[in-house]
Amino acid sequence: FQYCLSGHPTLPCNVLKFKSTTIMLDCGLDMTSTLNFLPLPLVQSPRLSKLPGWVLKDGSTFLDKELKECSGHVFVDSVPEFCLPETELLDLSTVDVILISNYHCMMALPYITEYTGFTGTVYATEPTVQIGRLLMEELVNSIERVPKAQSASMWKNKEVQRLLPAPLKDAVEVSMWRKCYTMPEVNAALSKIQLVGYSQKIELFGAVQVTPLSSGYALGSSNWIIQSHYEKVSYVSGSSLLTTHPQPMDQAALKNSDVLILTGLTQIPTANPDGMVGEFCSNLAMTVRNGGNVLVPCYPSGVIYDLLECLYQYIDSAGLSNVPFYFISPVANSSLEFSQIFAEWLCHNKQTKVYLPEPPFPHAELIQTNKLKHYPSIHGDFSNDFKQPCVVFTGHPSLRFGDVVHFMELWGKSSLNTVIFTEPDFSYLDALAPYQPLAMKCVYCPIDTRLNFIQVSKLLKEVQPLHVVCPEQYTQPPPTQSHRTDLMVDCQPPAMSYRRAEVLTLPYKRRYEKIEIMPDLADSLVPLEIKPGISLATVSAVLHTKDNKHVLQLPPKPPQPPASKKRKRVSDEVPECKSLKPLLSGSIPVDQFVQTLEKHGFSDVKVEDTAKGHIVLLQEAETLIQLEEDSTHIICDNDEPLRVKLRDLVLKFLQKF
Amino acid sequence: MTRECAALLPGVCAALADPRQPGLDDTCLEKLLDWFRSLTWFDPTAELVQDNPCLTELISSVLALPEPSPSILSFTLQLAGILASSENRFQHLQQEQLLGRLFGPAGPQGSAVWEEASVRSGWVKGVHSMVLHLPALHFLCSEGGMDVIFALQGDPSLFVASAASQLLVHVLTFSVESETSKPLSTKDCDWPACAQRIIKHIEASLQSSSASHVEPSLKLLTSLFGSCYAAWTEVLWLNIAKQIESFLVAETFQAQHLLGNLLLNMARSPVFSDTEGSFWALVTSALEHLTPVQAGPLAAGLLRLCKCPQDVRIQALTVLLQPMDCILRAASQPLEYAGLLDESVSDPVTVESLLSSKTSCTGLLCQTLAHLEKLLSLKHLRVDLPCVPLLHSLMTILQFCNGFLSPASPLGSTISRNLINCFRVQKSALDVLAALAEKKGCDTVIRSLFDVLLPYLESPNTSPTVLKKAFQATSKWLVRLQELSCSNSQCQQTEKILEDVFLVLQKRLCSPCWEVRDSSLEFLAAVIKGLRDQDEFRQFLLSSEVPRLAENLLEDPESYVRASAVTAVGHLAFITYFAPESPVMGNLCNKENTVAKLQEILSTDSEGFPRRAVITIFTKWLREGCTGQLEDTQQFVSAVIQTVEHDLDWEVRLGGLEMVEVFCSKTIHQLGLSECPYAPVSSAVTSPTPQNLLQVFCRAKLFGFLFRSLCDCDKPVGQRACDILIGLRGRFYPVSTLENPQEIEDSPAGHSIAWLQRTLRQGSLAQNFPTDGSNGVDFQDPESMMLALGAIDLLELHDELNKSSDHMEKSPQSLLQDILATAGTIEENEVDCY
Repeated sequence: FQYCLSGHPTLPCNVLKFKSTTIMLDCGLDMTSTLNFLPLPLVQSPRLSKLPGWVLKDGSTFLDKELKECSGHVFVDSVPEFCLPETELLDLSTVDVILISNYHCMMALPYITEYTGFTGTVYATEPTVQIGRLLMEELVNSIERVPKAQSASMWKNKEVQRLLPAPLKDAVEVSMWRKCYTMPEVNAALSKIQLVGYSQKIELFGAVQVTPLSSGYALGSSNWIIQSHYEKVSYVSGSSLLTTHPQPMDQAALKNSDVLILTGLTQIPTANPDGMVGEFCSNLAMTVRNGGNVLVPCYPSGVIYDLLECLYQYIDSAGLSNVPFYFISPVANSSLEFSQIFAEWLCHNKQTKVYLPEPPFPHAELIQTNKLKHYPSIHGDFSNDFKQPCVVFTGHPSLRFGDVVHFMELWGKSSLNTVIFTEPDFSYLDALAPYQPLAMKCVYCPIDTRLNFIQVSKLLKEVQPLHVVCPEQYTQPPPTQSHRTDLMVDCQPPAMSYRRAEVLTLPYKRRYEKIEIMPDLADSLVPLEIKPGISLATVSAVLHTKDNKHVLQLPPKPPQPPASKKRKRVSDEVPECKSLKPLLSGSIPVDQFVQTLEKHGFSDVKVEDTAKGHIVLLQEAETLIQLEEDSTHIICDNDEPLRVKLRDLVLKFLQKF
Repeated sequence: MTRECAALLPGVCAALADPRQPGLDDTCLEKLLDWFRSLTWFDPTAELVQDNPCLTELISSVLALPEPSPSILSFTLQLAGILASSENRFQHLQQEQLLGRLFGPAGPQGSAVWEEASVRSGWVKGVHSMVLHLPALHFLCSEGGMDVIFALQGDPSLFVASAASQLLVHVLTFSVESETSKPLSTKDCDWPACAQRIIKHIEASLQSSSASHVEPSLKLLTSLFGSCYAAWTEVLWLNIAKQIESFLVAETFQAQHLLGNLLLNMARSPVFSDTEGSFWALVTSALEHLTPVQAGPLAAGLLRLCKCPQDVRIQALTVLLQPMDCILRAASQPLEYAGLLDESVSDPVTVESLLSSKTSCTGLLCQTLAHLEKLLSLKHLRVDLPCVPLLHSLMTILQFCNGFLSPASPLGSTISRNLINCFRVQKSALDVLAALAEKKGCDTVIRSLFDVLLPYLESPNTSPTVLKKAFQATSKWLVRLQELSCSNSQCQQTEKILEDVFLVLQKRLCSPCWEVRDSSLEFLAAVIKGLRDQDEFRQFLLSSEVPRLAENLLEDPESYVRASAVTAVGHLAFITYFAPESPVMGNLCNKENTVAKLQEILSTDSEGFPRRAVITIFTKWLREGCTGQLEDTQQFVSAVIQTVEHDLDWEVRLGGLEMVEVFCSKTIHQLGLSECPYAPVSSAVTSPTPQNLLQVFCRAKLFGFLFRSLCDCDKPVGQRACDILIGLRGRFYPVSTLENPQEIEDSPAGHSIAWLQRTLRQGSLAQNFPTDGSNGVDFQDPESMMLALGAIDLLELHDELNKSSDHMEKSPQSLLQDILATAGTIEENEVDCY
């Protein structure tokens, strides 16, 4: 079974019940909920504090403290809250393990490990954990350093919510929205993680083996193979076939899957990342040349490495060598440094640089030459060094918290400046809504290197899974482009789709279980060839099951016959080696059987066909012989000699061994 | 044959026949055959073989080898064919009993070496060379050669099969034309025996049910009708017309793709195109029955013919437009557009099904679009292209390709799915679009066209190669747009289009992808070329960031981009610096800076392309009179020449010479002299003396450059310099040159000019002009130069320079020596072994 706890296709959270294990696949945190909140300014913003409260149509003002209006949109004036994965669908304390595929897909981890009674283990690669920690740290830091006295909850009342304008009216499961976790919770959650390496095989209770494979999307990002002896489930999440900084995607190991769970495809299937990088550079150069500043709201890790690398090559040719680049994040320093030390997780080109030895990423050189400067926040050194025009990379891409809020307020009024959106997770129009009216230019060049639908169809042709399971969003064209039937997963048989809070029966059948036979038991077997190439042997053994491993052992030796011929106690009876009855095989051809009966004097034989076989009626003797595929019954009243006679006739048709 | 060659030939023949020889270089053997071909071409006598018995010895010793190497055997077959090409030599070889062992039943056909395609090919070529007279033809027919050729038509090697087919055409033509005296009729008995065999063979194989038999005969007919326009070809055709006709309708026939070519070649032949009726009916039927992919080349070919009935032309055009029509219909709501065609020629279902599969869809569209582009480039197309619906269809295709069009029909959805992100189709469609800009009549849709083009220019998803094409199409249509008379609302639309174009151009000029920057600059240069007289355009251009960005790109790290930037900035100068009312250019560099920048590129850029671009643009400026008064121009040219003279890239030096040429003719014109030295001098103008002119040229330091270029190590430079000097001499010595050596020596500069004369005579061969001083030659002294022009035999120099550089090495003698030298190394090696 698969329990689908998240409706967000790129921030998945699924629970897989496979064999006797319960495995959570990713725990992504849907942060788009924060778009409904007002931004948290680092410096008091007169504009934001002067926004009018929202008044209902009938004039009632009871919500005006909680909801503010800005350019026709209504925002919650409170600490931003996140939409958690579904927690009611199953008891999350029963989850045995959590497998993390990349650092973006673990942001809900503290909510799961610290609030649900979870006692299992989390598996993730080292870069995933380290960079995941940075992302969480930045998130917690950005929110905690702007304490907000107020916590709005009235608007969440179902009756009240109905009265609100969209999109608040349509927000789902608002009662489930939670404030951000704290650093101690983050630390506690991360302490439950066990580090794994690519292709490492991890045994879960002997029943299942899980293996992370490189997915090519981010440092340490993985797809997972979950397999038993006879079933294989592949979990593909956030993968990329493009040549960027991470190790390339391992596709071969995904072959021969019974089920392939496909999540984390590109969110912008119509935008080609190369084109977008070009767009990014061109707009950046144009703005700076005209004396404007460029703001790039981004995460502290991931695409930013590639962007810095592109800029490294581009700035000299574009005559931008004197323009300062600032990277502002509480974790900026760690992120830039971590990226340089995870050599084994990098693409081949970058790995070879390490042996030269050179830093794998060129941002080291940008820092050395003072072209790129990084600061933990706008306070402190940054304010001294700050020179305009400049380019600022900072978080959070939702524009609701983090240092980016400050720059939006600072630069928003001038049309010389440009904000360039490169992260695909948030709608840029929604992100900009609380800053309207805005004079600053806005450019949307989402860079999403994850698989697009053409790549998916090639991948599926290549690895040929028996079944594909994916979020429902992938089984139809995007709602805004209903004619683009090329923008959906196209496979045979059609993919099974799921949505939030749905339970799916995965289409594989457990048919076999592997059992080991101990060598001494195997020695004692006497196979009999019943068909060329097929031999059978009867086995009498004790089935020993522990940790989901099954072993057939020799039965314990019967106790030495006691000297006295005292009768054994029934309870002592073990499956001892008493003379075994032969086993029968074969089938009974009805016509010949009837002829035989007639030969032996049964004259009134009648045959009836049943669903499972035949019934042979001996009317005079009031006797029934039921012939079925795997059983034969002789039903006669108290006529033991007749039964025995009939039995012998039946046995004539069967083989014994 | 020269005596030297005749002396070398026996050694060469012996070397060739030596089985220990490693395979000689094939090109050597080819050259040798070429030489023999040239020796035999005009000489029907048997002297060559009689005087050089080594040739027949070579043939017989190769034939005697138990295992001759395939390349030598092939060579021998070809050589024998060439030698046997005249009746006399043929008889000689027959007497030596060689031909039967080469081309008869005792030839190599049965042996293992026949497996080699080169041997079979040599055999076919040999026969082809030989059959130029009747004895050879009869020999071929009587010795079973025809059957071999028939078999080789289906040879696994396409070269051999094709050569065999060509041979049959040759034999057939030769047989008919040399063995008949009266015009042929359809009756068998009238054909000469050999021709009759071939015709029977063709007829029989056309009856066959197997494509492998039919195909060679169709190919044979195709090349026959393509090369022979004799009346008898019609007689042949009448015998097989019915059969060919039946192929068109036979569903199981496998070789339909060959019929288009056959019919096209026939249509080109006056024998068939002049007839009325049946032949053209067959062509019409072919257009109907062949699939659109098969009929496409036929249709495109028919449309280029002068002699073709108009209804057939219209039908051919219909075939080509059918896929475009289908696209239009699939995309649009019923009745929105009338479609391209009133009725279709063949079943529209065929086109629809082709468009429904991805590969055939792109294949068919690319083919159709390529044909349309070619047709549009024809000066005289004898049918009217429905330009507006065609444009609509192209726009539809382009919108399908970027996913901007939501189709109205299920077929449309399928086509859209097939075309999304298909670069090949995008590129072809944009090519046609650009070609359509030349046609009149599309003005009504021109504005909506930009709605399709602009997204291509703007979208970051457009691949660089597609973007380049989109820019090319846009520049052509922008020029067209400006030509339209403007109503008020249209003017506003035009302004909007220009605004959008400049906005996107600005962005593209900043692209990190150099191909994009490059094509953006090319686009800029193209639109300036087309629109520099339009006020509106100039205003938009100058108020945008584009000029500044273009100047920045003069320092681009990529040399191609720098070159394009040079061209763009050079064109931009016509608007900014050279315009009568030079606009105020804000923060833009001034004229001096730009010229200095370009000169800097010319003297220091490490790559050739930017330097070539600079010299080209300077020449353009000069030609358009933008370099100021004579004095300024003279200084400018002088400075450029001095930079260019030592350039490592010969194209730059050549560009410099072109500039000199333009400067000369400009100056002559400016000084009021006629371009033509023989023109009557108008007495009204006080004509300046040639001496004035000479002074100007000397001050500009032309002569040093020109004379030194005569010895340039790259020949085109020397040739060009020589041409220019000859032209100048014509001006200063209209009647005669100085031929009296005494006259030269007597003049003050005589000594140095005599030196120059000598140096050039050697120099043009030695290809080096002394760099250390010029032995007193003063290239800036008008008198000396006058003397030099008169004294040096430029025409002789010209002839010398026009000889190809390998004229020494190409002689047959050196070829024979080469072969002997190669053979010699073997012997040396043998000695080494011992």
